[in-house]
This record gives sequence, structure tokens and C-alpha cells, in this order.
Amino acid sequence: MAKTELLIFPSHPSSPSSLILSLQVHVKMADETVCVGPAPTSKSYLNMDAIMEAIKKTRAQAVHPGYGFLSENKEFARRLVSLLILIVVDISMGDKIESKLLAKKAKVNTIPGYDGVVKDADEAVRIAREIGYPIMIKASAGGGGKGMRIAWDDEETREGFRFSSQEAASSFGDDRLLIEKFIDNPRHIEIQVLADKHDNALWLNERECSIQRRNQKVVEEEPSTFLDPETRRRMGEQAVSLAKAVQYSSAGTVEFLVDSKKNFYFLEMNTRLQVEHPITECITGLDLVQEMIRVAKGYPLRHKQADIPINGWAVECRVYAEDPYKSFGLPSIGRLSQYKEPLHVPNVRVDSGIQEGSDISIYYDPMISKLVTYGSNRAEALQRMEEALDNYVIRGVTHNICLLREVITNSRFVRGDISTKFLPDVYPEGFKGHKLTDPEKRELLATATSLYVTEQLRSQRFLGTPRVAIVKPDVKRWELSVQLGDATHSVTVSNNGSTFSVEVDGMKLNVTSEWNLASPLLSVTVDGSQRIIQCLSRDASGNLSIQFLGTVYKLRILTKLAAELSKYMPEKTVEDTTSILRSPMPGAVVAVSVKPGDMVSEGQEICVIEAMKMQNSMIAAKTGKVKAVHCKTGETVGEGDLLVEME
Amino acid sequence: MAPLRLLARLAGVLRFGRSYNSWAKLTVPERIEEKRRAALLGGGQARIEAQHRRGKLTARERILLLLDPDSFVEFDMFVEHRCADFGMEADHNKYPGDSVVTGQGRINGRLAYVFSQDFTVFGGSLSGAHAQKICKIMDQALMVGAPVIGLNDSGGARIQEGVESLAGYADIFLRNVLCSGVVPQVSLIMGPCAGGAVYSPALTDFTFMVKDTSYLFITGPDVVKSVTNEDVTQEQLGGAKTHTAVSGVAHRAFENDVDALLNLREFFNYLPLSNKDSSPVCECHDPSNRLVLELDTIVPMESTKAYDMVDIIHSIVDEREFFEIMPSYARNIVVGFARLNGRTVGIVGNQPKVESGCLDINSSVKGARFVRFCDAFNIPLITFVDVPGFLPGTSQEYGGIIRHGAKLLFAFAEATVPKITIITRKAYGGAYDVMSSKHLRGDVNYAWPTAEVAVMGAKGAVQIIFRGKEKHKEAEYVEKFANPFPAATKGFVDDIIQPSTTRLRLCRDLEVLASKAQSNPWKKHANIPL
Repeated sequence: MAKTELLIFPSHPSSPSSLILSLQVHVKMADETVCVGPAPTSKSYLNMDAIMEAIKKTRAQAVHPGYGFLSENKEFARRLVSLLILIVVDISMGDKIESKLLAKKAKVNTIPGYDGVVKDADEAVRIAREIGYPIMIKASAGGGGKGMRIAWDDEETREGFRFSSQEAASSFGDDRLLIEKFIDNPRHIEIQVLADKHDNALWLNERECSIQRRNQKVVEEEPSTFLDPETRRRMGEQAVSLAKAVQYSSAGTVEFLVDSKKNFYFLEMNTRLQVEHPITECITGLDLVQEMIRVAKGYPLRHKQADIPINGWAVECRVYAEDPYKSFGLPSIGRLSQYKEPLHVPNVRVDSGIQEGSDISIYYDPMISKLVTYGSNRAEALQRMEEALDNYVIRGVTHNICLLREVITNSRFVRGDISTKFLPDVYPEGFKGHKLTDPEKRELLATATSLYVTEQLRSQRFLGTPRVAIVKPDVKRWELSVQLGDATHSVTVSNNGSTFSVEVDGMKLNVTSEWNLASPLLSVTVDGSQRIIQCLSRDASGNLSIQFLGTVYKLRILTKLAAELSKYMPEKTVEDTTSILRSPMPGAVVAVSVKPGDMVSEGQEICVIEAMKMQNSMIAAKTGKVKAVHCKTGETVGEGDLLVEME
Repeated sequence: MAPLRLLARLAGVLRFGRSYNSWAKLTVPERIEEKRRAALLGGGQARIEAQHRRGKLTARERILLLLDPDSFVEFDMFVEHRCADFGMEADHNKYPGDSVVTGQGRINGRLAYVFSQDFTVFGGSLSGAHAQKICKIMDQALMVGAPVIGLNDSGGARIQEGVESLAGYADIFLRNVLCSGVVPQVSLIMGPCAGGAVYSPALTDFTFMVKDTSYLFITGPDVVKSVTNEDVTQEQLGGAKTHTAVSGVAHRAFENDVDALLNLREFFNYLPLSNKDSSPVCECHDPSNRLVLELDTIVPMESTKAYDMVDIIHSIVDEREFFEIMPSYARNIVVGFARLNGRTVGIVGNQPKVESGCLDINSSVKGARFVRFCDAFNIPLITFVDVPGFLPGTSQEYGGIIRHGAKLLFAFAEATVPKITIITRKAYGGAYDVMSSKHLRGDVNYAWPTAEVAVMGAKGAVQIIFRGKEKHKEAEYVEKFANPFPAATKGFVDDIIQPSTTRLRLCRDLEVLASKAQSNPWKKHANIPL
């Protein structure tokens, strides 16, 4: 994506044109498009001058700033207002601290804490008792967990005070400490509000957004399994009172942390449309963008609080172009060589801005789409999500479907037992993909071998009448050896039309499918139960990669003879990865901290790669001398590019 | 494999454990049986194990993997070498079948003739008998009209035999030449192949290698050292990497023996059995009328920006399967086999990602040889054009780009198979003519809307026309020529098409062109500028 478009489309011939910032697909949908600059966001979507110019050129009458970029930029809003252009959002709230004070004034629960600096351990205990345990002691100058302690009683508070002040002094040269309430196992639950310019405000239920990684939401649902009507009402009312207190007039979101005892504390208010707004639309039936445009134009709200329903259940998964095996998701880039949204699954909504052939570049957030499913209850919504994820075809970039599928089928998640620490709690060693049970493994092996035999049989089917007769090998039973992970399995396949009878580890399975080798989705029935699998690649060497239960498994299928003979094949030497550093993702080098000849110790930072809003510190895998540096600050690097070599 | 090994052990006992007298006492059927057992063992268990330790399979194991189960029909199992010097006449120096296994069999049901050199017998060295066995199957392959596959693993000439061995090589060379263009010939180098021996693979249509265990060179590192004082390893001199990336001698390399043989089976399915057969058609699950939306955005807006021609090929052909030939050599041109609606096609494409896709010496030669193979064996040619021209410079001119470039021009012009060309972006200058243009008897020539058919890029053209004085004329030139219209209005392209419809058009056109009949004037043979 080299160009960025600013789009304009009239929502109604007689109503003011509204303006939306967007990419590819929307560019096609728009009536009029303006290029606002080259790909880097600082030169396009964040380039206020260029956008103002586009607005003037098209004589737009209204601007909907979407989310991200300039959506919460006050200067942008001021400039629009000065031109008498309607901005379809209300930017009246300030930054986070200011809004916390406003929230207190509006009698919204905030995280109890002591705003001043704590003098000594005794004072710390006194304050802690006031706030109520557990509490968190943290360095005033702090960050990154340094000088931070959690205390559950007086003694821990004293001890924590001592350690924290020492650590704060050594880490930041500043031993001042703060104390605030520690929220145990917090959930991130937010309330959607909608307010007009006539002092009316509504709360449109809550969104449960606890499943996060690096403070970015991954899976959201509405309603939350955790809230009872009473808590929901209290949260809703506080959110509305905050909106009213600041005379907010648009759609907005009030974010809360909710502890295990359903105490909720104000976090911040987002004065824009949220990424996850579709689930609210599913449940309430309101079109939030339409409502925003209406209230911006000055119309009063059309609904009363009592009109706001909770109809069924909606789940949103954020489908990202990223590798979930690395820190729950490091960005990946590429070209979507095949892309099919699961719109044939009922009650699925996909919000995306890309299509087959689109590039996922390093310039923007790596989100592919928001996948939303809806059902009359949670189980139904989740079941549909599972189906939708299985039916989603994304080729050409690494994506996080496997993580999403694991999350929504995880027993803790299904029970509703979640918190913002869900991912690190459930996957303390990092995400490793789906772990196959024995029956699942057999099912995968049976499916993969049936696919293999299908292809073997097809490669003997030539059309037309050959000059030299074809003598097909008379094989009724295939004895195969399948390597999956570290294990090798013996599998026997017998063919009977489109059904295969497969014996895996002494168990017999029947596998049926249409066996269309060109279709990206394959519906396979194993012993009566149906599943959608995707065969991502297969080659003549017997390598197959199959997406099964969301996770991609690599298998190697060989005939017994080939497997037997393979044991004589030489082992290929593997690259010693401790003495080289490769970029784990595509991105830009923002800093190189070493030069050839430098001694570095294990764990020392070598360089920093920035990709899609994230800075990633690359560290040395061993202690040694730097032999060569292959990257420069400012350079773009691809995944797997050699950055630094050690001796 | 257990029964084979048991058999081998048994034969070993028989071979070494029995005196002449006991041999004489055996009945004829017993002696036949014993010879057969000995032949199956090649150079004996110890040498088989040594072969395995080198990470290589035996000649027979290779044949088992290459051919369909139970389809191998062996020739000349009883042939022995005829050398009577240097003690070679001794019984223990005679191996039934000598140092090569030959015969015919089936690959996915289709006939193929195979020879597999046996390194366990005198290092696979080529004796008169060895050569005679190979010639026998080649002669029959030529008569029947079926491909010849050579699995090479030989230390070279049987030095004890002297000129007889040399004669043997020449007999094979002659047959390689006579078979050329009649039946496909494929060489898979699975061990050493040095000296005169290299010319047989060089004469065949395709040479594949096994990484780390195969070498091809005229003279080995020792001779190189003594003659030129160069220090070079076998791998550097003639390993798979050298020949697939630097010299262009080999067309592809595979990880190991098993991998190579499995891939050879797949490759074989693309080939017709002979020049009397049409391009094979496999059962195809990919709809021939599939729209490829990806293609509508694949060519970048800026004509200076690169993209990957292989992406285009993958998205158009059946099931994204593309068997690329010489993927690491002269990467500015992409050639290989794929299928459209099940039928094998040869694909040639400029690769904008590498050196802007320009034509130079190596890419012209690579393309020309591939085009000629396809033409010889009735494989339709699909050409994707995005070429800024021939690479300028002294190294190219001194290297003879004129005569090498002419090869590709020659090959496309001479070809009478169905030829379909798609201009995806640039088609500049003489290179436009070369790349299967309408003028060279292209059957269907398409342009995508992004096509620019012109003598050169706008900048250069304006500089020449206006001597650099009127820079603003560049836009005028772009307006006039950097689009598909000039070529389309003159009928040099048949249509300007939406890229997403390319697959369905190609499939439809091939259906029509299947009965194409075109011939060149009678000649003994043409005189391609070699």
C-alpha cells in the first residue's frame, strides 16, 4: 500500500457528506477519493494539513474520524470546528489524569489511592488500611514493574515499602513511593454510552474486553458473563453520569476495571467509536455510527434507557496478521494470496478493509478484520465463532486464528473465568498452538493420510487416450509412515470410493469427503463427525501442512518404503542460532546498540526493531564478541533477515 | 526391506563361501537363481553399507522409490564386464549386471526407461558392458517412444578397460543426441559424475542434483590444483549449489536421495512420453473459469516498483502448483511447468523482482532452452511479459548478448506449439519483440490495463526525441505510449483484459488451440545461433 486515500461518501443525497478515513476496500466503495499522502502514517493519516486540504477540496461538510489516528486529536477537532465543519465525535474530555478528576467529581468509582508521596513505612500502613487490602506500592518515577510491590497485610506493606524505596532509588534515583488499591484478577469491562446535545444520555450495556495481550484487546464479548443486572445498572449509571458531567455528546466508552468481588473502578473514557463497537450493535440493534451522525447534527436521541435490550450474545475476535507463537502475536507482513471471509456461516459479521491481493504492510496496524458472531445465547455465539474461524481462509500472511480459536474453546474462557491476565495465566510458557488429544491426533492423521492417498490416486488419472497404455499400480492398501512433531506413526489406508478406511495406532477410522484438492476448505467427516480443515500446502516430498482445529500442523507422509530408506539420509547441519541474530518480524530498525568488536553479555540489548506501533528489543542469546552488524538505524528489515553475527 | 536384506546376506554367503567345484555342482535353475541373487546384491553387503553411510541409497533402492510398486522390468541382469586385464577376469571381480541396473517401469502408470548406476560395483565405473546396457534401453525407449531417466552415481570410466570405456561413453552420447527432441531425457545426479561422464547429463533435457552428495565436474579438485594451483573443494567446484546458481548446468537440486526421487516422480507427470504425444492432461479440481481477484491489484501503480511474477503464476495455474526449472539461476526470468485445466503448460515470465526483469545473457539462454524443450514436446507456452529491455553494458556486450539474446528470439519464433502471451506491464524495445510477441506467431496476445508497449521508457524516449530540452513532454509520451492502446489499435495485442479473467481466458484459448497445426519450412535442421 503506497498511497493512502481519504474517502468521501454522501450518506444521503440531501444530508451532509460525511468523511471517513480508510484503506483499500473502502476506497472502492467510496464515491470520491483523495490521496492524502504516502504510506507512512505521519505523512498521511496523521498529516493534518493534508487531510484539511482534502476536506476543503471536496467541500466536505462533516468528518467522522473513525478510531486511532486523529480520532481523539483536539487540534484536529479545533481546526474542523473553526471551518464550521461538523465533526462526528465529541472531543471534550482531556487526557487521562484530568478525566480521573472529572470522574471523581461525577461520583464515579475510581481506584482508591493516596495522591501524595508516602513518607515512611508507618504512614504506608496507615494509608493501606484506609484504602483496604490488597494494595500496590509503586515508585513515583517508576515504570516497567521496577519498585513495585503488592501487599496483602500490614507486614507485607512495611516490607514492601522498604524494598520498593530501595529499588526505586537504585533504578530511578528517586525513592518517592505511591500507594493505590491493587485490583486482584481484574477484568476489563467497558460501558458504551451515547449522549446527545440535549442532556440526554444512555448506556448501551457493557463489553467484556478482558482477553488482552500487551494491553491490546483480542477477544471481546457482550454481554459479560460476570455482571449481574444490578452491577450492570450501577456501572451504566455511573458512566452516564460521567458523560453528563462533562456534557459529552456522541458515542463514547467508559472503561472500568472490575475485581473479583464485582467492585468496579473507572479507568478512562474514550471519546470516540471503539474498535469493538459491532458487538454492541449486534445486541442492541442500534447503528452507532448513524446515531453519532445524528447527535452531531443536533438531533435528540431516539431511544429511552428502557428501550435498550440485551438480545442474545455477540463475540468479536480480532483477526491479526501476526504470529501468535511469538509473545502472543508479533506482526507479520505479506500479500493475501487467498482470502475468503466466512460469510457463508450464518450470523457472522466481518468488518475488514482488505481483500484478496491486499498487502499487509509495516505501515499500519496488522489487523485483518473484526470477526463478529452472534447467537441467541453465548454457547451459540461461540459455536458460530468456532465455525467462522475454521472457515476463514487467509493465505500469504501468518495470522492469529489459532490463538483466537484456542481462547474461545478454552474451558476457563467457556466458563467465563477470565481476567486481563488470561493469556499469560493459561499459557505461562507462551502460546504453543492447540494441543492435540489422542483422538484428535488420530483424526488428523487419518485425514492427512486420506488426503495424501487421494492425491496419489489422482496423479495416476490422465485424461484422453494415451499412445502407450497406462498401467496403474495395483495398490489397495497404503502402508504409510507419518511424521507429526517428534513422533512417527504407522498408518494404513484402504480406499473405497470417496471413503477411506484408515487404521491409526491400531484404531480404525472412516474418513469421507468430497476430496476436492483445489478447494481451500475441505469438509471432512471422520467417523460421523464433520470438520472443516484447510490444507495449506503439500509437496512431492510428502510434506503437508494442515490447519486443523485452528492450528497449523506440519506432517510428512511417506510410504513405508520411503520412510525405511529415509533413515540413511544424511542429517543436514542446522544453523547455530545462538551466534546470529535474525529479525523475528518485519519492521524498521530504530536503534543499533552494538558495533563490530563489542563484547556483549547474554540478554544485552543489541538493537530495537519497530513494527506496527511496537518496539521490540533484540537481545543477545549468548555472551561474546560482535563479529558483524548487518543492519543500520532507519533501515527496514524483513522477517528472518540477519541483523547481527557474533563470534 | 527386511526380505531384501536377508536375501542379500544369503547371496553374500553364496558368493564368497562357495568354491568353484560346488558352483559346478549346481543345476542350471539353481545357478540362475544364484546369479540373480548376486545381481540384487551389487557390490556386496559391505559396500551397500558404505553407500548408506555416505547418505546415499543403492541403485536398486533408488529404482524402487522412483517407479510404481512392482512395475520394474529389468534388462541384462546377467551381463558381466569383459575386461581380462589387471586381474579383472577373476571370478570375484565379476558381478552379474555389472555396475548399472537397467530396465523399464511405470511412474504413476506411465512408461519410463531407467538406468541406475551402481556405485557399489567398481564405484559405478563405466565399462563397455555398462554402456551397452544403457544403450540397449535407450534404443528401445526411442523405438517405443518413452522417456529415459538416468540415475547417475559413477566414479567415471572403467580405467582397466581403457578405450572400450571411452567408446561406451561415446555410444551413450550419440544416443542422447538421437533421442533429443524425440523422447524426454532426464538425469538425476546422485553421486560423483566427473570427466567425460558429465556430457551425458549435459546432453539430456534436464539435469537434477542431490544436495551435498552429488558432484559434476570435468576435472576434480586435485587436477585443478595441479594445473591452475587453485584450491577448491568438490562442493565449490561442482556441487549442487554451484551448478544450480552459478553455472546453470543443473536445473534443480533436492535435499537428499528420497526427496529427489519423489520430486522426480512429480516432475515426470508434467512430461509427454515422446514428441508423438500431446501435452498430458491430468484430472483437475481447480475450476477453469475461476476468477483471480488477486490479480487486479498485483501490479503496483508505480511502474518502477517491483512485484513477484511467481505470485502471478501461482494464482493462475491449477492449484498453485508450479514446478520451477532453474529457480536459482538467472532469476530475472522464471521458467517452469504448471497445468491449466489439467494440461501441462510451459511458463516463461520476466521477473520484475530481480534486475527489473531485464533480459541478459544467462536469462536468454535459460529461457531459450526451456522454450525449445516445450516446442519439441508439444507443450503449450504461456509467456508473461514485464521486460524493460536487454541489460546494457560492456560485460553483456563482450559476453555476446547479441548472439545469446538471439537464442531466445530464435526459440520463440521457431516454436509451433500454442503460444499465449500476457503483457502485465512493460514490454519495451527489442525485448518486446522477443517475448513471444504477436509478430513471432503468438496465437493469442493479451495486455493487462497496466501494459506499456513502447520502444523505451518515457524518460529516455523524451531525451532522444527532444534532446532533453522539453522535459514536460515526458507526460505526453506517457499519455501516448505508456498504455496498452498503441499496440491494441494496431492489432499487436488481441485484447486488453481484466487481469482477474486471465485464468479463464487461458484455459479457454488452450482448449481451442489444442488442435493447432503449424509447421516450419522443410529443413535438415535450423541453425540456432549457439
